[in-house]
Amino acid sequence: MHDIIAFLPGVIIAVVGLIALLMEAYKKSADQIYGLTIAGILAALGVAIAALFGDSGTAFTGMIVYGGVASFGAVVILLGSLFSVVVSRDYLMEIDLHRGDVYSMILLSIVGMLALASANDLISFFLGLETMSICLYVIAGLIKDKKTGAEAALKYFLLGAFATGFLLYGIALIYGATGHTNLTEIAAVAEPTLMFMGGSALLLVGIFFKIGAVPFHMWTPDVYQGTPTTLTAFMATAAKSATFVAFVLIMSRMLPESDTDIWTNVIQVVAILTMVVGNLIALAQDNVKRMLAYSSIAHAGYLLVGLAAGTPEGFTGVLYYLFAYTVMNVGAFSVIAYYERNKGLDFTEIESYAGLGFKFPLMGVLLSIFLFSLVGIPPFVGFVGKYYVFAAAINAGLIPLAIIGVLASAASAYYYLRVMVYLFFKDSHKEYSLKPASLLFSSAVVLMAALTLYYGIEPVLPFSGLIELISSYYSL
Amino acid sequence: MIGIDWYLALSAILFTIGIIGVLIRRNAIVIFMCVELMLNAVNLSLISFSAYHGDIAGQILVFFSLSVAAAEAVVGLAIIIAIFRNNLSVDITKVNLLRW
Amino acid sequence: METYAFVLLAVLAIATALGMILNKNTVNSALLLVLNLVSIAGVYLLLQAQFLALIQILVYAGAIMVLFLFVIMLLNVDEEESLFDKFRIKYLVAFLLGVVIFGQILYSLGGVTDMLPEVSSEMVQIGTVEAIAEVFYTDYLFAFEMTAILLTAAVVGALLIAQYKVKDSGETE
Repeated sequence: MHDIIAFLPGVIIAVVGLIALLMEAYKKSADQIYGLTIAGILAALGVAIAALFGDSGTAFTGMIVYGGVASFGAVVILLGSLFSVVVSRDYLMEIDLHRGDVYSMILLSIVGMLALASANDLISFFLGLETMSICLYVIAGLIKDKKTGAEAALKYFLLGAFATGFLLYGIALIYGATGHTNLTEIAAVAEPTLMFMGGSALLLVGIFFKIGAVPFHMWTPDVYQGTPTTLTAFMATAAKSATFVAFVLIMSRMLPESDTDIWTNVIQVVAILTMVVGNLIALAQDNVKRMLAYSSIAHAGYLLVGLAAGTPEGFTGVLYYLFAYTVMNVGAFSVIAYYERNKGLDFTEIESYAGLGFKFPLMGVLLSIFLFSLVGIPPFVGFVGKYYVFAAAINAGLIPLAIIGVLASAASAYYYLRVMVYLFFKDSHKEYSLKPASLLFSSAVVLMAALTLYYGIEPVLPFSGLIELISSYYSL
Repeated sequence: MIGIDWYLALSAILFTIGIIGVLIRRNAIVIFMCVELMLNAVNLSLISFSAYHGDIAGQILVFFSLSVAAAEAVVGLAIIIAIFRNNLSVDITKVNLLRW
Repeated sequence: METYAFVLLAVLAIATALGMILNKNTVNSALLLVLNLVSIAGVYLLLQAQFLALIQILVYAGAIMVLFLFVIMLLNVDEEESLFDKFRIKYLVAFLLGVVIFGQILYSLGGVTDMLPEVSSEMVQIGTVEAIAEVFYTDYLFAFEMTAILLTAAVVGALLIAQYKVKDSGETE
């Protein structure tokens, strides 16, 4: 297969991103660029889905992989990006950010994510991660006239650059211990020497920071709160999916069979901390957006449970969970953005949600579906995702970890359901007049809710044969 | 000839000085300069390993890490300018609106 | 000869790095960092990485640090009011953490005590522009193209963040 074809989704997005920049330069209207962005993401999504059924292998002299995990990662990333861009229009218009350069920034960061999610070499991993992060620093600082925006960007940037130092040092030590940067070449010669382990530890610190796992999560709530809500959804789903897919690739391809234990022990501890701390602090939040930020930390913890299992089953569970998490989380953020759009940016306190459910039944019901799914209650996709992840942990003998995970997600029911209590069972003291949502927005949110329900009732994998596909891929 | 461990030790010392700088300084610009120092220390490690293995990949990675540092510098300084316009200060202890 | 050069450059690098984090004046810190980068470029030369030594001085010490100095001058924040303020415990924690990390790194480096291989003609070849350019456009083409995207994104992003604010500040003040 030609190299360009192997990275076709990324190439499409990159070209569309550059065209969007040019259109902005020639003063085309933001709506045209918005339409182009959606068309580009749709085209790339189509290519990625087609590639899922094609063969897999490496391209660009072993720098990237295609097919299998990489294609599935691309599908999840593009799905998350598509939904968050589609629902962005009305919200961004309200805060004067419905502009071509914002969309081209989003597109360029998607290129980074796609490179990250197909990295087969520590160099392409590093560059993909940094391309994504630098775009996200900018996206976090888009709301400049409010202090929170610039502050979120500064915190994210300083801590992110600090973490990059550790990540790069980790890569340097792994390179020093093995003399290679290619994941499979490293796996072939790696021995658990001190230097290799030290490098792995530093690399893990960098990755844990980027996914917001607990000792390194301090930036997450601030950044998620300071970012425009629909773009928070983009950061919380697409960026996190990309990093997790890269994590899966590194764990499944770089580590020699005998050495996974040392990593999985560390990941177990971090997973427990992440689930417990994320859920506990989320319990205390009165701001819905901040609550969702902490809940996304908790979800990173559930995802780490699958990685801690360290088996192909666990990795498949992680990939499925990423799909589930993307659909339900973008949905929840979209509805919050809808409320915010009508009532101003400060409209994220839980008290102000009182009685909204009956006033605007469609959005109330949709938000409830997403929240139920986030809790992990059976007929929704969130349950299926959690089931796969925890089942993999139990089969790998990590029963205490799975029990802590189930308990933590049971505790999470409190703060998700609390939002619903306010929506439907509290009286509102004020009269609200919400503008009706645009057709495009409503249909996107309804589609997400439909996906949440469909894959919950029909708990097959989103694309038939995924497990065999991915298992065969690990034996490459 | 000097052993590679001397180069690596120099790199580790500079990296540590960078970390301490990030942790104790309050001026966002200086913190960012300390991060640049950390990246530099890593580059030194990479080049030592590259010479040790007689392999070019380490030097290539240094080139890319230089590009990343340049890109980070551009975006980072833009963010620092934005925060200065809001706060009239680059002191990170004055930047604490968002707390959990 | 090489040993003397290394010791000289290493002492210079460590001294300037310490000076940078301990100096109250931001401009002085930046200038010390420039000196630090130049001395590290000297160490690169000892390691036969001629091309990167040059790039280090051109890009890092030249372009990036000029940008830093420009921003420092623009914002006029050369003095930090009190470097050692009330949070003394913070310095202790930072110092201990730094020492722990340093110890861990040295510990994991402990396995390598081999000498560098003798400088062979092959090794000198690695660091040349030719050798690096050759693999850039073949083996590392993908990474090279990603760098293009990265730099484009950085330029657009910096404009997005820094540019529009000018209008706003006129209104608020």
